[in-house]
Amino acid sequence: MTTDLISALSQRIASEILKQPARTIAADEKLISSGLVDSFSLVDLSLMIEDDYGVQIDDTELNAETFDTLNELAALIQSRQ
Amino acid sequence: MQQMTTFFERLRQAYHEQPDFRILTLQHAGQDDLPLTYRQLIEGAAGYAGTYQRAGIQPGEVVILILEHGSDLVFAFWGAVLHGAIPAIMPFLTEKLLPERYRADLAALIMITKPAAIVTYPAFEEEIQPALSSEDSVRQVILSNSALPPVRPDFSQLGGRSRLAEEIVLLQHSSGTTGLQKGVALSHQAVFNQLANLKVAIAQTDQDVVVSWLPLYHDMGLIAGFLMPILAGNHLVLMSPFDWVRSPQRLMQAVSTYKGSLTWLPNFAYYFCAQKTRDRHLSGLDLSSWRAIINCSEPVRADGHQAFIAKFEPYGLNPLALAVSYAMAENVFAVTQTAPGVALRVDEIDRDALQTRNLALPAQDEAASLLMVSCGKAIPNVSIRIVDSEKQDLPERQVGEVVVRSNSMLTGYYHRPDATEAVMLPDGSYLTGDFGYLAEGELFITGRKKDLIIVGGKNIYPQDLEILAMEVEGVHPGRVSAFGIFDEHKGTEDVVIVAEVDIEDIAERQLIADNIRQAITRGSAVALRNVYLVSAGWMIKTSSGKNARLANREKYLAESGDSASP
Repeated sequence: MTTDLISALSQRIASEILKQPARTIAADEKLISSGLVDSFSLVDLSLMIEDDYGVQIDDTELNAETFDTLNELAALIQSRQ
Repeated sequence: MQQMTTFFERLRQAYHEQPDFRILTLQHAGQDDLPLTYRQLIEGAAGYAGTYQRAGIQPGEVVILILEHGSDLVFAFWGAVLHGAIPAIMPFLTEKLLPERYRADLAALIMITKPAAIVTYPAFEEEIQPALSSEDSVRQVILSNSALPPVRPDFSQLGGRSRLAEEIVLLQHSSGTTGLQKGVALSHQAVFNQLANLKVAIAQTDQDVVVSWLPLYHDMGLIAGFLMPILAGNHLVLMSPFDWVRSPQRLMQAVSTYKGSLTWLPNFAYYFCAQKTRDRHLSGLDLSSWRAIINCSEPVRADGHQAFIAKFEPYGLNPLALAVSYAMAENVFAVTQTAPGVALRVDEIDRDALQTRNLALPAQDEAASLLMVSCGKAIPNVSIRIVDSEKQDLPERQVGEVVVRSNSMLTGYYHRPDATEAVMLPDGSYLTGDFGYLAEGELFITGRKKDLIIVGGKNIYPQDLEILAMEVEGVHPGRVSAFGIFDEHKGTEDVVIVAEVDIEDIAERQLIADNIRQAITRGSAVALRNVYLVSAGWMIKTSSGKNARLANREKYLAESGDSASP
């Protein structure tokens, strides 16, 4: 279940946020603290999560302390579903 | 606003005449808004002035401020003014940028600007220490937690009292290694002249409230979104760019809450606000007080304005509030301004005549055309000429370089007489490096002479990016080209890197491309649209062996399959 969620997130983020559909993102790869997900794209990420999973992420939570990897993002989504 | 001679005198006047006026509201996501009266602002600044005094900083010396949005930055800046020191705000290190790269930029800034002190947070001291050496000009690293507390200023003793109107009051840098080595030095008088000119152009009144999220290390943020309201006596509501970019609706919420009337935005922000704000974030907002939303610092597109109006008109936005300005730090700020409350003029011109003959002729039926948005007329005390390559005046509707002359020009690039001389004509006019034309006195910008890329209003020098890419293993040194491609969806430029490599293996090429992407992101905080690897001999050079970026851009667009329009 979690693996499916992570792989779905990986695909969506690679194609919609990074605009590199061929890119794969590892479950423990740093997204925010590495600069992989640009600050200009964080709002896109939160809107995508809201649309896809019905989970709201407040703008004050869009930082590496709240989630920095797909593992952490998946856990955050599951805890709010 | 009364015409004053120095920033210091203006603060003294405000302290005595309007001490309880709420001049600034600082917003921080997740916290209560922090209101500051003139008294609180100036007393906070006086604490910093005492700190500079204690640290042995002399009036006329430069202090570099490496602080994030917040009261420390505000107090440290105005404290430098009270002390008579020259403040320069440097961008803070972001997650994207490699600390080593940031330090290299800082060292480049220090080498040219020769500051006496750096002000930063205790937690940041260890990041910047390695950029300092015992031979450089920096005598003190002042930590924000060691600053003296707010204090009643003694204007008769503060170092700023003896500064003269024609002396330099601040330095304004653009980003990257190249930008940080070219600090625009502005005098008190030039800034006041600009504010007086701008006041007429935007019909500014004491009731205006400025709302801004722009960073203060950017000229538009520093002048329009910080100095202008505080010197003119208009309430400023200031939020962090980092908060805005995560939640663009904060801008509209602040306008509604504080009855904001004036905002300056780069072109991409109109798209960003319209595309990324959900209606649930806007319910109950009243935007009817917003009388001028001024598009400035990157090429203006009409469709971004249309998207913005469509999104926010239901919340009371007046469509005629959308305005345009053409501005640059070298003129302190605005060169032109459209009249707030008047529909923007859009000039439909013949595409072929523009591209092949440098003429902006009104479009004929059937012929392919381009829509040009007017930047407005020159503001008072600013004159514009359009010149050819021999610096001779061109008539209306002929495209040439925009040349500006005004009573608010830069003193020079600080410690860079070579760079200053390169852009100034003998009569004191400034060569902007932008191409445009005049029609019935209104300025239209068509492009740029220099290879500068503008991403989200931020100036990016392609040579900085090329140097970073050349450091990647497998890339031919000297065989990299960086250029901008306009992204219609985002309303700003994207950056493309083309690099020559010898390797043919697809997996190895992918690795090099990834490494270039990472090197650029972490070395410049720019996220690339594309890395296009080519074989040796692809790159076009000028006859003198220089990088022909525009030609390489054309070649890339023709063969790469990139969907961007040329």
